[in-house]
Amino acid sequence: MQHFDGNLLAGPLAEVFAFDPTTARARCNGCGAVAELATALVYRSGAGSVARCRGCGAVLLSLVEGDGRRFVNFTGTGAIEITTAGRDDA
Amino acid sequence: MSEVQQLQAAPRTAWHVAEVTETRRETPTAARISLDVVGWPGNLAGQHLDVRLTAPDGYTATRSYSIASSGDGERVVLAVDRLPDGEVSPFLVDELRAGDRLEVHGPLGAFFVWRPPASGAVGRPVQLIAGGSGVVPLVAIARAHADAGDATPFRLLYSVRTPDDVFFAAELEAARRGPAPLEVEFVYTRSAPDGSGGPVGRITRERLAAAVIGADAAPIVYVCGSTGFVERVAAWLIELGHDQAAIRTERYGGT
Repeated sequence: MQHFDGNLLAGPLAEVFAFDPTTARARCNGCGAVAELATALVYRSGAGSVARCRGCGAVLLSLVEGDGRRFVNFTGTGAIEITTAGRDDA
Repeated sequence: MSEVQQLQAAPRTAWHVAEVTETRRETPTAARISLDVVGWPGNLAGQHLDVRLTAPDGYTATRSYSIASSGDGERVVLAVDRLPDGEVSPFLVDELRAGDRLEVHGPLGAFFVWRPPASGAVGRPVQLIAGGSGVVPLVAIARAHADAGDATPFRLLYSVRTPDDVFFAAELEAARRGPAPLEVEFVYTRSAPDGSGGPVGRITRERLAAAVIGADAAPIVYVCGSTGFVERVAAWLIELGHDQAAIRTERYGGT
């Protein structure tokens, strides 16, 4: 099955979060690697998308849509690290 | 203060109705589509949008397309290549006409974007690497660089089947001739222009090494193309000593 990458999640996740999470750094529960969600490998089907760790292939999150509902499951994601604006002032 | 500036720098995402103002042939297999999007907040160079088509029976198909334009205003330019077995792209390339309306969601993406450095500063050099229609967001970046008169050194390496398949050839040439430093090199995979003399064929690690800004200059590298192209090139870049954190990739699938 062909794959894409996490840039593709910006649209569906923008309807869930108040910010674009594709630049958030997610920790893989499989191997501990930390990387921007945009760099994850994304597999897509009619039902939704699955993002896998670029390092070990473990599932980071799944997105399922249909029937007027959307399920977001951060199955294999530990902490996500979000760079907040205005750090220089902190 | 910087908090406010950064928040303003990322235009707000929403669904919009876009009206097609012009569609024309970009290459033998691709169309350039100009949209007028009421309420569009502008977009950063490198961002994309999602297009949603709805069939009369309610079936919907959504696909992501890179934006070839950037900056303020409600005019958005796409360039879409026809995938032979695609569900959406054949319609966009062959059927769409001026006056048609599309549902678009955007602007999207904060990872594969480029912002000009603050007034007059010279940023880290930028290497753009495109495979086929993956050049579209890189055209937006190269044009934003040119429009800003930015002094940062830029290079574009563009792998393309034949000279007829080059997207935005005139715009790239204008950007190359402009005051902002931009070098453009093509890798032709099927046939080269007469008299160019260069090798024809898929990009190799050696060709890549010779063409891109060296790792010692610590460039930021943007790679966009088919999944296979992006993964080959990104792996070679790391072998050549480039910092993985400085390589930004966008894969559009395919082989």
